[in-house]
Amino acid sequence: MNEADLVVGIGGAAGDGVASAGNTLAVSVARQGQAVFAYNSYQSVIRGGHSWLRLRISARKPLNHGDQVDAFIALNQDTLDRHLQELKAGGLALYNSAKLKPRYEPPTGVQLCPLPVPDLTPAYQDLPIMQNTVAVGAVIGLMGLDFAGLESVLESTFAKKPQVVKINVEAAKAGYDYAAAHFRPLSRQLQKNNQKWALMTGNELMAMGAAFAGCKFYCAYPMSPATHILEWFAGHAKEYGICVRQVEDEISVINMSIGAGHMGVRSMCATSGGGLALMTEAIGMAGMIETPVVVVNVMRAGPSTGVPTKTEQADLNQAFGASQGDFPRIVIAPLSMTDCFNTPALAFNLAERYQCPVIILGDLLMCEDNETVDPAHLNVAFKIDRGQLITEADAEPGREPYLRYKDTPSGISPRAIPGLPGHLYVSGTDEHDEDGVLLSDVFTDPVRRKKMVDKRARKMDTVLDHVPAPKLEGPAQAEVTLVGWGSTWGVLVEAAERLNQAGISTNHLQINLLIPFHVKEVTDILSRSKRIVIVENNFSGQFARHLRAETSLVATGHIRKYDGEPFEPKHIVAGVKDILAGKNLVQVLSTEPGWQTNHPTGTSGDWSGRLIGAAVDA
Amino acid sequence: MAAVVTLENKVVVKDFKPEVSPDWCPGCGDFGVLNALFQACAEINLPPRDLLVVSGIGCSSNLPGFIRAYGVHSLHGRALPFATGAKLANQAMTVIVTGGDGDGYGIGLNHFIQAMRRNINVTYIVMNNEIYGLTTGQVSPTSETGMKTKTTPHGNLEGMLNPLALALASGCGYIARGYSGQPKHLMKLYVDGIRHPGFALIDVFSPCVTFNKVQTYDWFRKRVYKLEETDHDPASFHGAMDKALEWGEKIPIGLFYRNPNPPPSLDAQDPGLQSGVLVRQSLGMSREQRQKCIEEFM
Repeated sequence: MNEADLVVGIGGAAGDGVASAGNTLAVSVARQGQAVFAYNSYQSVIRGGHSWLRLRISARKPLNHGDQVDAFIALNQDTLDRHLQELKAGGLALYNSAKLKPRYEPPTGVQLCPLPVPDLTPAYQDLPIMQNTVAVGAVIGLMGLDFAGLESVLESTFAKKPQVVKINVEAAKAGYDYAAAHFRPLSRQLQKNNQKWALMTGNELMAMGAAFAGCKFYCAYPMSPATHILEWFAGHAKEYGICVRQVEDEISVINMSIGAGHMGVRSMCATSGGGLALMTEAIGMAGMIETPVVVVNVMRAGPSTGVPTKTEQADLNQAFGASQGDFPRIVIAPLSMTDCFNTPALAFNLAERYQCPVIILGDLLMCEDNETVDPAHLNVAFKIDRGQLITEADAEPGREPYLRYKDTPSGISPRAIPGLPGHLYVSGTDEHDEDGVLLSDVFTDPVRRKKMVDKRARKMDTVLDHVPAPKLEGPAQAEVTLVGWGSTWGVLVEAAERLNQAGISTNHLQINLLIPFHVKEVTDILSRSKRIVIVENNFSGQFARHLRAETSLVATGHIRKYDGEPFEPKHIVAGVKDILAGKNLVQVLSTEPGWQTNHPTGTSGDWSGRLIGAAVDA
Repeated sequence: MAAVVTLENKVVVKDFKPEVSPDWCPGCGDFGVLNALFQACAEINLPPRDLLVVSGIGCSSNLPGFIRAYGVHSLHGRALPFATGAKLANQAMTVIVTGGDGDGYGIGLNHFIQAMRRNINVTYIVMNNEIYGLTTGQVSPTSETGMKTKTTPHGNLEGMLNPLALALASGCGYIARGYSGQPKHLMKLYVDGIRHPGFALIDVFSPCVTFNKVQTYDWFRKRVYKLEETDHDPASFHGAMDKALEWGEKIPIGLFYRNPNPPPSLDAQDPGLQSGVLVRQSLGMSREQRQKCIEEFM
């Protein structure tokens, strides 16, 4: 999709500074008008292991991290060995030649760019991390961008330490100049422009979007990959009057959040799958006592502890089944960064209007990685719809008795904030009558029990009126209709474009509202499709089953991935071709084509590297 | 009903009397606990609309249904986190949490310790009958070692949980034990607990007349004595710990410990609550505030 985009990798062990080098690079290019989509493939270690951050950089906003590498910065030997074979002709590898030497022959046309770091920055002697600054300076020049962008980032990063700014700017400039003098620039050059970008993660967008939408209470237990939501809130709590608490476990988290929501504040919490499992009983409580609460689940690869630093979309069944019994709930899966920002506002409005729990399903790919967002879309005064909420202003005591759970035609009962005169009530998790008095202790009262179940269920009848139905993207008639949900939107857009370019006419439907489901609209669209191909980041096809349950539609093909890594456009293109050739299920595996391991589980890709010199120990 | 109670009108016990009569077994200790609570709320002139009573699940946790106030009958073991969220959202309300020993010292034990450590300004009344009553007579964390119940037919092998010693170790600033057979004494403990500016624990011996045939009214009557009638100094942490460890032929009730220099409660300190009661704040942010947030990422 992006003709003039470049993918720059940065690899090293945890602790080598991959993330901060990547951040410096990303902000620097963003300040020169470039859009960025980052994906960091890392492990659950604080030191060691292998971190591989890819930044896809383009003047046109990339919708995924792409499936190529044009240049990389190796911070350790492992990265240089592992990824060299991924580079194509015209690509380049940057590394500190005082520390690293290539052990394998580079592919034809790939430029090795050794940086003599100790000669370029005297500070390296005491600060080995300076190799990162030198390399970032070098790569920025080789992409065709100005040094000024990087300089301004270093100045703002170390604003309080002028001496550190000086050392870093000098090192970066030395790398920039050395590369200009000694290496061929990348064949595709980026063009500086004046577009402004904010570089943010989905978690930060979700937190900020929630705060802009009136979130006043946020509570969480640290859990990857949702922790950054808590950190954003904690950093802004005092200034914007938001109560933010880290507490003992997710059981406490959800009960506190519901307690706060019950008192009338907009309340949200976030976790990942294991935390959601702990929250489930209380999600049913929110359904039963009709308290609005927004629960974010940033999905990671499960089950159990699973792969904490890897992405997956396998908590759909958990979201559907969180808690016992039948009760209304709403489940939304944002499709993009913009959606991460907008969804909390929608979720709060729905939660308050329908007085029920709303679950937002994000995932590690979308929520933890950085992406540039057009800031013009972010300064939004969200419409705040609190539903039928009785506040101090309109409380008129002394009329007919207030019934908290009044059986109304819509099923929605006006909700009084505790503390008002004339509206005393008890909310019980036991089945209760309209006045809140428990039914569970009454000797068999099927009539009132059924009335209250019906009342709660009836609330869902109008939810679909407030959420736009999904729309088919691409040609109305096509050989293939790609169907995805949640974060796979960006990769599917690009895959559909590539398939159309390859002569396979393709359109695309992306679902964001999972419960309730736009049954009529989705059925209308998909019943006209020649071949439905469902793409999802899980093993069992949880969405495919949901679609079949809601619409009776059965897909022609399934493309699934559950190896911990996200989809790349090439995976979808290849998968669709396999399906057109007669396959029903394509299970995608990410590979690094240059790498093999001595580990007994063997290779994870075709091996094409050849050792330099016979004496080097493989 | 729905009478407006203002501060000029003295609140009386009748204001808290429920329309629904408690369905506890006749003679249940919880009646005494509830009556003392009516008295205490009247004593401190607390309008029912300013009171939130939160409970978990169990016989004693039915209490919010039997007092005219705002009430929540939440999940088993989760009353304290629910109440914590509620108090943080509306500091202006007086929040009282009620429950039993299984609810608070069994399934909810983690939250109990954390709430004390956190020092949220709520009053926690535990109706401790040393048995699971609503599930008809199983062993509880406060059942005595050796006690035979339906699930310990050969006697309880586990040690008794000591809630008062645990509370001291967890930083609780107000620790008392009452006995529902002595409601006036209990009422005084409630009043001081509610007035304490932080987490307050009042553990109450509340006999289960149906399922606990050991810890009966008679059993307690023979054993309990009031700390107020001794030279116990409630400002002394170590003295309180000694008293908390007393169990046997004589068992102390009364005020064990009151921190003479109580630290500010969580709700008084939370940075997000410095601009006032959360539920009264307007929602959303100004254009300038939003822009400032966005520019942090540019």
